[in-house]
Amino acid sequence: MDTLLQQLINGITLGAVYALVALGYTMVYGIIGLINFAHGEVVMIGTMVAFTVIVYLAAAGVPPIAALTIALLVSVVVCMILGWALERVAYRPLRHAPRLTPLITAIGMSIVLQNVSMIIWGRNYITFPPMIDKRIYEIGGATFTNVQVAIVTMAALMMVGLIFLVHRTKIGMAMRATAQNPHVASLMGVNIDQVIAMAFIIGSALGAVAGGMVGSYYEIAHYQMGFMLGLKAFTAAVLGGIGNLAGAMAGGILLGVIEALGAGYIGDLTGNFLGSHYQDIFAFIVLIIVLMFRPSGLFGERTGDRA
Amino acid sequence: MLEVNGLRVAYGGIQAVRGITFHVREGEMVALIGANGAGKSSTLRALARLLDPAGGNVRYRGQEIQTLPAHRLVEQGIALVPEGRGVFPRMSCLENLRMGAYSRNDRREVDNDLDHVLGHFPRLKERAQQLAGTLSGGEQQMLAIGRALMSRPKLLLLDEPSMGLAPIMVQKIFQVIRDIAAEGMTILLVEQNAKLALEVSQRGYVMESGQITVSDESSRLLADPKVRAAYLGE
Ligand SMILES: Nc1ncnc2c1ncn2[C@@H]1O[C@H](COP(=O)(O)OP(=O)(O)OP(=O)(O)O)[C@@H](O)[C@H]1O
Ligand SMILES: [Mg+2]
Repeated sequence: MDTLLQQLINGITLGAVYALVALGYTMVYGIIGLINFAHGEVVMIGTMVAFTVIVYLAAAGVPPIAALTIALLVSVVVCMILGWALERVAYRPLRHAPRLTPLITAIGMSIVLQNVSMIIWGRNYITFPPMIDKRIYEIGGATFTNVQVAIVTMAALMMVGLIFLVHRTKIGMAMRATAQNPHVASLMGVNIDQVIAMAFIIGSALGAVAGGMVGSYYEIAHYQMGFMLGLKAFTAAVLGGIGNLAGAMAGGILLGVIEALGAGYIGDLTGNFLGSHYQDIFAFIVLIIVLMFRPSGLFGERTGDRA
Repeated sequence: MLEVNGLRVAYGGIQAVRGITFHVREGEMVALIGANGAGKSSTLRALARLLDPAGGNVRYRGQEIQTLPAHRLVEQGIALVPEGRGVFPRMSCLENLRMGAYSRNDRREVDNDLDHVLGHFPRLKERAQQLAGTLSGGEQQMLAIGRALMSRPKLLLLDEPSMGLAPIMVQKIFQVIRDIAAEGMTILLVEQNAKLALEVSQRGYVMESGQITVSDESSRLLADPKVRAAYLGE
């Protein structure tokens, strides 16, 4: 019983991070139908930048909470610029190219970003300095920390903010219109290029925050961390129905929970043949099952009405 | 108001529009008729800058517009109701109409216009919150026209508003088009239903394989034996 509750709590924490990253995939896919495989690397750069700023500010004697906040803000700005630049330099020139071309470019960009990161931050694991005095709370035999509370709260706030932006603002309306029919949206006066850039910028900002969260949760970072994180978040987006914002949020949480429960019970299930370090396989099992039986995802829209 | 000179459109090697010249005067309704594949939609798409013309020039209110991007035309007062309606399927009727006013910043005026447009289309009023993708074809056509009106256009380009609609719905749509014209709107109407189009318009152009072959007053085209034979099924 404690394992169940404990794994649920851990799963929701992880899931909140996946959800934020998944939103970046799904927004871009919803608008231009591109799977931006470099998105995981944008998140990784977010973690790295946050790390650098924290170390620098901590050395300068800035109080931890202030340092953390500033680090997050800086990494958000850096990632927004990075997301914008990716679209501008790598994807926009290929807007009318065959579908496979931008996809391959995306993979290329993720390799480029990994290598840039390796050159700047090295090939070894980086230990995140713990910035928050960790407090541990207990309910029903399970424990959670104030870091987890902060992660889930912040993720929830960002998702509410995004939903507000998409459904209640003019740019949000333009984004939805562009996703449904870009030509007609331009007839209405929507500057499609701007909307596409916006999708990259907003997705990258969410990714940067997720990157900061991953860093403070695991207290560790590595130049290749974006690969697995990106793949899982992509799975979450597919699980929820790629192109669907609410789906990405739900898919993220769901995947986090599946993974945590899987990790918690895999030993029992396999007679201790496999240990919890196999938790990564669950994301891929989910991905394969979804793609086989329900490729449009849990909340997927019929592809027919996509213009 | 609109002067088109030697307009050409090509898709790869295929010439869809082969240098056509025509004009639309302020306050006029002009029909552009022709068979399937004559190049009517391509002409409108080029005017709305959804594609780059291969040649020729387009003057609108004395100004060359073929270099403006599509999203800048609506603020100039040009609105296209595309072939097949192009409503935003996962937006409500109301949101679709508000998208029509996307380029405008005068909120109060937009609300007034919303009432005015819904006055033209009482059916849309009843379905204000319904998703546009679930509307019938005729309702979608009304919505597409209403949405175009929300931008307060000076020139309205209509691409086959009768397409795929039952005769009774076609009558309704054309009544609205007449009403809009009576309010002083300049309209370029593309239609395969030549009879209807020539009945509501003042002048007409006949298009055949990318070229304009005949142009005259609509009443004279309606009486022209060749036009009657080719386009009115006689
Ligand atoms: N996207 C495209 N790619 C290639 N060829 C096209 C494209 N769109 C139109 N064409 C070709 O251009 C020609 C003119 O097409 P257009 O749609 O302008 O005709 P239309 O007069 O509007 O016909 P309809 O009455 O059937 O709508 C046709 O031969 C068509 O096959
Ligand atoms: Mg056509």
